[in-house]
Amino acid sequence: MKNTIQYLAIAVLGLVACEPEFDNPIAESDLYTNAEVDFSKYIALGNSLTAGLADGALYITGQENSYPNILANQLKSVGGGMFTQPLMADNVGGFVGQTADFPPRLVLAFDAEGNPGPAVFTGQQPTTNITTSLEGSFNNMGVPGAKSFHLTLPGYGALNPYFGRFASGASASVLGDAIAQDPTFFSLWIGNNDVLSYATSGGIGVDQTGNVDPSTYGQNDITDPTAFGAIYSDIVGQLTANGAKGVLLNIPDIPSIPFFTTIPNNALELDAATAGSLTGFFQAVAGIVTAQLAGGGLPLEQAQIIASQYLFTFNEGSNLFLIKTDVTNTNPLGVRQMTEEELLLLTIDRAALAQGYGSVVLTPEVEQVLGILLTGGTPTPAQGDLVVKAISGIEDKDVLDKDELSAIATATAAYNAAITNIATANGLAFFDIAGVLAQGANGGIPFEGGLITSDFVSGGGFSLDGVHPTPRAHALVVNGIIDALKTTYKASIPRVEPGNFGTVTLSNEVN
Amino acid sequence: MKKLLLFVLFIAVTLVTYAGGYRVSVQGQRAIAMGHTGVAVVNSAELVFFNPAGLVYLENKLNVSAGVSGIFSDVIFQNEELGISSETDSSLGTPLNLYGSYKVNDWMALGLGVYTPYGSEVAWPTDWAGSHLVNNIELAAIYIQPVVSFKLSKHFSVGGGPIFVTGSVNFNRNLNRTLTDLEGNRANITVDDSGVTDWGWSIGAMFTPTDNFRVGFNYRSEIILEAEDGEAVFSNFPNSPATPANGTTTFSAALPLPAELSVGVSYEFKEKWLFAFDFNRQFWDVYESLDIQFGTGTSSINPRNYKNSSVYRFGVQYQATEKIALRAGYYYDESPVQSGFFAPETPRNDSNGYTGGLSVAITPKLAIDASFFYLRFEETNESYDFSTDPVSGAVTSFGGTYKSSVFSPGLGVTYKL
Repeated sequence: MKNTIQYLAIAVLGLVACEPEFDNPIAESDLYTNAEVDFSKYIALGNSLTAGLADGALYITGQENSYPNILANQLKSVGGGMFTQPLMADNVGGFVGQTADFPPRLVLAFDAEGNPGPAVFTGQQPTTNITTSLEGSFNNMGVPGAKSFHLTLPGYGALNPYFGRFASGASASVLGDAIAQDPTFFSLWIGNNDVLSYATSGGIGVDQTGNVDPSTYGQNDITDPTAFGAIYSDIVGQLTANGAKGVLLNIPDIPSIPFFTTIPNNALELDAATAGSLTGFFQAVAGIVTAQLAGGGLPLEQAQIIASQYLFTFNEGSNLFLIKTDVTNTNPLGVRQMTEEELLLLTIDRAALAQGYGSVVLTPEVEQVLGILLTGGTPTPAQGDLVVKAISGIEDKDVLDKDELSAIATATAAYNAAITNIATANGLAFFDIAGVLAQGANGGIPFEGGLITSDFVSGGGFSLDGVHPTPRAHALVVNGIIDALKTTYKASIPRVEPGNFGTVTLSNEVN
Repeated sequence: MKKLLLFVLFIAVTLVTYAGGYRVSVQGQRAIAMGHTGVAVVNSAELVFFNPAGLVYLENKLNVSAGVSGIFSDVIFQNEELGISSETDSSLGTPLNLYGSYKVNDWMALGLGVYTPYGSEVAWPTDWAGSHLVNNIELAAIYIQPVVSFKLSKHFSVGGGPIFVTGSVNFNRNLNRTLTDLEGNRANITVDDSGVTDWGWSIGAMFTPTDNFRVGFNYRSEIILEAEDGEAVFSNFPNSPATPANGTTTFSAALPLPAELSVGVSYEFKEKWLFAFDFNRQFWDVYESLDIQFGTGTSSINPRNYKNSSVYRFGVQYQATEKIALRAGYYYDESPVQSGFFAPETPRNDSNGYTGGLSVAITPKLAIDASFFYLRFEETNESYDFSTDPVSGAVTSFGGTYKSSVFSPGLGVTYKL
């Protein structure tokens, strides 16, 4: 009996001894270090990018793949604590009964011909109630739609249900609720919407540069850079008041996102005959305008000079679209051809483009008048009007023209200068996400298994709304932040493999 | 005596055994205890497996050996760059073996064996970092073999017989690194088949130049198990014409059970001591690729590119008393897996095996055999570089540091009449 016990004891010892163990297990190694940063309470501040909104909606898997959540997971190796998020109720996105303003997510569906395209998911209805208030506080305080000045705005929850869902009270501000959690580490990626909503609305808002009072701004306006700098500095000042460390992210170049690069401005594809007849059409237009202006009392020569701007020529192949512009004495029709750098929005009605939106909508009546002109006849003023009205320039809301692009570029550059300066002044880590996105738009960012580019749908960087990143792009952001934390704080944090993160979601559960 | 016993056990525990690829060397309790040597050892009916030529030299009319081993295997993985680590679910495999031989007359013996020389059981955590290569796999091949053994002279015998194999496989992995359904569940495929059968053969020869010295040779043929119309279950694929539909389809695949050549010697010293050395050559180069064809018309090509490998085995037996025999052994087992082809479904690198055991004769006819082995693997930085994403077509690499260990106690009985 005694012998048996001895043998059993040896056998058990043997079992224990055979558990494999690494010489240098990562859980115990000094490979990773938090250096001087206390990562135990991480708060992420920002907008929809921080919240994990994708495919035009906020939903659970998008939130789980948000860069703050992925980063928090990596920070566990260096003393990171629990990370909570105000999760939606489902993976559909949108709010119950509010689908006009908060529609369900987009999915990539294939039509009968096998062509992929984004479509609204209709397989299930949203189940998240817009009025439900979540208990407790959250580490991810990204609020879709938030602009810089919204973070400090008391009562913002009443204006934005995404914050209303988890605001601590009716008069709470995003920043206030963040500070109340006493963060030891924070990330701040704010300012995108200060210029993005102007851009995605086609520049219908106002460039408020020079007006430092955000309370007077409209939804689609560009925030004054001076106001931005002051607010941003205030936010960072409050966040760092207790000694918290943090990382700041700048504002990527907005016109390079697929929302503006997917529909080419020269997508007016013409065969030789159509190109010829369109050129002829505008010769007719020029003649009609000359007659109208001369008839209105303008000297013929001057009328001809003004009318000559409408002598658009079209060639076989790709042609630039026409856009609407202000009606002035020098451009009485308010139309011109797009320039190379001007951009069309993803949301433009592509069916309409195929029907002549952006060039000329030819009706039988118009063609009849053209016939008269072709045979050397003189159309009546009413008939001439018919021809002129057939011109269908693209509306301002569907295009970013060169002035709008310039306003966006100027504001973005000013914001980024402020962010860089504030990061330096406060000794904070800084991640130039703008530089990364520029690489994505110019050749792509390699990863194990491919290339991430800014191409819509296929590039892997942008979700189906053309604005927000995919999980894979969020992974790139995480690696960028990890690099920045190494540069500034000497913190060594394990990176993530972007190839392990998905891109767009397939589903044919669409109507 | 007791001290010696403890000492031998201790040596065996502190030292460690198994085999490369999905070969599992547990074909006899007495052999396991001696480093799984046996091609030139005339000891028990285990010879059906090790060398049927030796059966005719067994003294008794009827010999039966039965045994079971409990295989505890663990594999750990980590990737320092990504800060990830995983560990397989400690699975317990229990391969059985059963051998019998009957001496018809002085120059002929018949035998029958049932054993499981190939198998694998690995379960990683579902959706772990390498889940596009394997979540879990269970495969087993049961060999059933009748043999005949002829003594051609006092010094020379031959033996052999046909092998009937029945195999089963259950293998689950995710489609690729990222595809999910709308809810974020990873798209995965399970292939399952059992009762896959085929035939092979083995042949052996034994040369006994003197009473205490034997030389053995054994060759077991290659068998390709071909699963046809097995069951493949696609789960959590998104509802999209661009991906396979969820549900059940068929699959076919071929898994080779490679040929194995063994040569060895044994030497009996002062009656009480027996020394054995075996050399095994395993012809793994037949395992070029694991190709799975699905009933839907799609396929999965997984290059394996195994190389032939060798095992060097040493064993010793000491007849401590009339009733008790003590055994110990060591072997060095080369992995057939080449660098860059290290797939976590068979995470095997070279290993050192340490073995021990004893037999206790309860009666002159019946003995209890106990054995164990411990396989020690060095940790290895390896990767599988040939994983093709069936959606994007991208070829990617997955790897890190692996370390395995295997511990296996076994128990058996030997009966002779």
